[in-house]
Amino acid sequence: MNNTLGWPILSVLVWLPIAGGVLVMALGQSRANLARWLALLISVAALVLSLVMYQHFDGATADFQLLERLPWIAPFHADYYLGVDGIAVPLILLTTFMTIPVVIMSWNSVSDRVPQYLAAFLVMEGLMIGVFAAMDALLFYFFWEAMLIPMFLIIGIWGGPRRIYATIKFFLYTFLGSVFMLVALVYMVLKTQDYSIGAFQNLPLTLLEQRWIFLAFLAAFAVKVPMWPVHTWLPDAHVEAPTGGSVILAAIMLKMGGYGLLRFSLPIAPDAAQELSGLVILLSLIAVVYIGFVALVQQDMKKLIAYSSIAHMGFVTLGAVLAWRIVASTGSTAGVAMGLDGAMVQMISHGLISGAMFLCVGVLYDRVHSRQIADYGGVVNTMPIFAAFAVLFAMANSGLPGTSGFVGEFLVILAAFKANFWYAALAGLTLILGAAYTLWMVKRVIFGAVANDKVAELKDVDARELLVLAVLALSVLALGLYPAPLLDTMRGSIEHLTQQILATKLPLP
Amino acid sequence: MNATALNPSLLLWIALLPLLAALIAGLAGRVIGRTGAAAITIAAVTAALVLSCIVFRQVIVLHAPVFDGPVYTWLISDGIRMQVGFLVDSLTVMMMVVVTFVSLCVHVYTIGYMHDDPGYQRFFSYISLFTFAMLMLVMSNNFLQLFFGWEAVGVVSYLLIGFWYTRPTAIFANMKAFLVNRVGDLGFLLGIAGVVYFTGSLQYQDAFGAVDKIAGGSFQIIGGHSWNALTVVCICLFIGAMGKSAQMPLHVWLPDSMEGPTPISALIHAATMVTAGIFMVARMSPLFEGSEAALSFVLVIGATTAFFMGLLGIVQNDIKRVVAYSTLSQLGYMTAALGASGYAAGVYHLMTHAFFKALLFLAAGAVIIAMHHEQDMRKMGGLAKRMPVTAITAWVGALALIGTPFFSGFYSKDALIEAVHHAERWGSGYAHWALLLGVFVTAFYTFRMIFMTFHGQSRMDHHAEEHFHDVGWDMKGPLVALAIPSLLIGLFTVGPWLFGTFFEGAIHVRPDHDVVEAAKEEFHGVVSFALHGLMTLPFWLAAAGVATAWYFVLKNPAAAASWREKFAPLVKLFENKYYFDWFNENVIARLSRGIGNLLWGVGDRGLIDGALVNGSAKLVGVVAGVVRRVQTGFLYSYAFWMVIGLALLLLWALRAVLGGAPLGATP
Repeated sequence: MNNTLGWPILSVLVWLPIAGGVLVMALGQSRANLARWLALLISVAALVLSLVMYQHFDGATADFQLLERLPWIAPFHADYYLGVDGIAVPLILLTTFMTIPVVIMSWNSVSDRVPQYLAAFLVMEGLMIGVFAAMDALLFYFFWEAMLIPMFLIIGIWGGPRRIYATIKFFLYTFLGSVFMLVALVYMVLKTQDYSIGAFQNLPLTLLEQRWIFLAFLAAFAVKVPMWPVHTWLPDAHVEAPTGGSVILAAIMLKMGGYGLLRFSLPIAPDAAQELSGLVILLSLIAVVYIGFVALVQQDMKKLIAYSSIAHMGFVTLGAVLAWRIVASTGSTAGVAMGLDGAMVQMISHGLISGAMFLCVGVLYDRVHSRQIADYGGVVNTMPIFAAFAVLFAMANSGLPGTSGFVGEFLVILAAFKANFWYAALAGLTLILGAAYTLWMVKRVIFGAVANDKVAELKDVDARELLVLAVLALSVLALGLYPAPLLDTMRGSIEHLTQQILATKLPLP
Repeated sequence: MNATALNPSLLLWIALLPLLAALIAGLAGRVIGRTGAAAITIAAVTAALVLSCIVFRQVIVLHAPVFDGPVYTWLISDGIRMQVGFLVDSLTVMMMVVVTFVSLCVHVYTIGYMHDDPGYQRFFSYISLFTFAMLMLVMSNNFLQLFFGWEAVGVVSYLLIGFWYTRPTAIFANMKAFLVNRVGDLGFLLGIAGVVYFTGSLQYQDAFGAVDKIAGGSFQIIGGHSWNALTVVCICLFIGAMGKSAQMPLHVWLPDSMEGPTPISALIHAATMVTAGIFMVARMSPLFEGSEAALSFVLVIGATTAFFMGLLGIVQNDIKRVVAYSTLSQLGYMTAALGASGYAAGVYHLMTHAFFKALLFLAAGAVIIAMHHEQDMRKMGGLAKRMPVTAITAWVGALALIGTPFFSGFYSKDALIEAVHHAERWGSGYAHWALLLGVFVTAFYTFRMIFMTFHGQSRMDHHAEEHFHDVGWDMKGPLVALAIPSLLIGLFTVGPWLFGTFFEGAIHVRPDHDVVEAAKEEFHGVVSFALHGLMTLPFWLAAAGVATAWYFVLKNPAAAASWREKFAPLVKLFENKYYFDWFNENVIARLSRGIGNLLWGVGDRGLIDGALVNGSAKLVGVVAGVVRRVQTGFLYSYAFWMVIGLALLLLWALRAVLGGAPLGATP
């Protein structure tokens, strides 16, 4: 078994936060402070573990590494099978990294059922890592569905006034999507008698089969990304979710969709993906342009950032499916891997930036208890330090070079240009639209004279908030100024994925 | 020091010193205090200037080979190595010296200008950061870093236009500036993508080497018509320049940018950042030379901007806005020169313009401070006696601007007009006449400003009279420092730089396009060039402009009023700036919000949520009945139902396995 470490680090990464979550919950509300410190300890430990994982990961090869495999449900040949490649590693790092700010920021903003709140996030962290590390389809599906439970609870218990509506919408969308995916997984299990994702990827399938499988997966992943027109759950979920819920939802949960596209849809059904890539490109461009306009007119900061997320995730889906159009347009495969690289980088970057922006809204919400843009104005006068961070993240959200927000969009636009001038031009509209909705919000919230008494009474960020925002700001800048390590981590896997995408599964005519 | 090769770490420090100073002044502003912030940024920019001069000497005097090397690898994707790196040739060193010199003048001037401002440290931090970004832009050897610098100067411009963030006009202007620039940047980015399409590289040298390959390609953009790829790439790149260098119709942000403090109007919105587009096109001359169509486009846009923006300067009463429209017009001159293949002339005018325009802005700023923040020229007059240093230096700047022989502006503008005159491409006739008429217009608005401000009777009100105080030497010093090159730099440099071999290797012109070479045939030394200038049409046009201004402002102000009435519709058109702002605000901005509301209201909430999602509202209701228990204590009812659902699905799968009847019909 290929595990250079000698101990099951991935299992620890998955189960430590889950077990820790249970422990935290057991402390009870009377020991809320202890629960906070313990949760922080566990989330930091998970980050350290994920860095150890990164340290022992070799990005040059496409092989899955740090493997663990145990028989799980013998009659089905389903295994407890974990491993990571260059696509999973960055996403796991993102997960462990982004959980910490959620824990720290809850210090100020959550006082109701604190241990349960923290436990939900820790359990979710473990389950999300499980999604990225699972190499067995049943195990994947288990994590995939289980991860929704803590999120439902977070929105349903700690959410806003319309939380029930939002939760049900979220539930219906994601569950309906997932059902289709389950059918596709079951179908392939029956064909291969094997639950490993690798076996699915190598499974020869007819075009008809691929088409159905691709669409079934798309139903699940498009909801998660989310792609237009199955996106309307996201703004509602974000608006009702507590700050931490929004952060995890935007930073990591949405990435499940992009991950699924890269892990399942493309390698399992490459010919159908080729056939249907036009549809995905169309939906992606609609996400960028249509949603960009919709974001422009939002009055609620969280809704605006939610719509902005949809538009930015459009780059992920666009970059993922450009391959065949590039080959058709240029007769060469150059640019294919760049689109995939761009999709991956965009996911990581969006995780950092959207998380940071939701945290910024949380900082304001904790003080004023409003998310309405109209209730603010001139925040810079009373919170200059906060304003500096908000402007930085806004610029990152607008794709400013030197921040992480630029890297993915740049790579995807370069690749899209190879496929078709108009793909690049329409995607590039985000340069204008993204800046327009983000900076218009900044203008109305941050700049200007002090708008009302509440703004006049604002206190600038405290030490905890400063720490979190500063660390996120540094990561956004670091990834923007020196993205090479991230790209190096993914190189082998992206090259392999490129080959998988471009190799047909159909018998030669 | 080794004169044969440039030292990469020296180059790096030139860029990094202002960055470090900006970080210290910005992050530790409270610790180091006002004096500390000023001192550290000024020291850093001075060092950058000195080092730039050293590099300048190495490249120009000692003929060090062109430096073209990487600093670090930004990323590698798909086999393409994207790097940060420097290209240092004559064009670069000229820009480096201009940028750091003007920046230093503005840093020093800021001590006095921002003296009473609570945002003192922040201001120094921003202008130092700007210097870093601008240096990165001009020193780049690749499109990535060019775009980084390009956007970074844009952000600093955004921050500085909105520096006084409580003013509604300022925070509107900065957003407008950023967004209009983004329109240009979209074109720019597509142009870069076009280069990568053909070369698989972001390095300038690879792009220049692939001109023929790009020119041989084509894109199908609209319908079946195929467009020459090089033309598409060049026009896309130029659209970027139109945003940054404020060419029509993307000029609308520059006049509003005057909402920022005056030192940055001088540094960013006159001398350096707005010339980035000019610099970029000159840097890309090997590409642009390959496309007649793109050059004609550049030529016509430039000439149109030069003439029509100049006209608007005539009706402005705000002293800064006159200089702002003058900047637009002069940028149009430079752009027209580029379009005529007279890159060297355009860039040379960029250099002289940086000095005299920064001078005019800083002089205007001195007037504004002396008048206690009054910018309306109708309330000025007769200031020459009360602030002689400012008046004299402003005269120097004005004479240079209108192209008076022997002043620096004369050499660059005359050469530029001659270059356009020699051009033989589509649009060059129109451009030549637009530029010639523009000379009259330039002289008219420039001296209208000079006369209204410094001469005639004082029109100051009691309040201004009471608070009037001439500025100190911290502000006068930079004026004098800029007046010297405004007066003299042409005299010393036109021969070797413009008509010599200065730009050889940095700017590429096809022999049959070489309009500067054609203009050179009339050049027989600086003095005879200037003396000859006294007998040419541009000189007399300028003189007529000055005379007209004198007549209307000083001699017979009543005539001005009656002429205004006579041409009321025209004046209205000018005062409304050809209705560009009206169009942008009432059509484009309103339409965008309308589209947004429509898509949101009808698309998202009406069709998707209304019909699709809530169409199954009953289902929601049923489930909601279950879910309501979440609140009544059944915390895990969700979890329960999920697990039940999962189990049922697995059972179903199991049934299929046991039944041996696979879904689908594959044997």
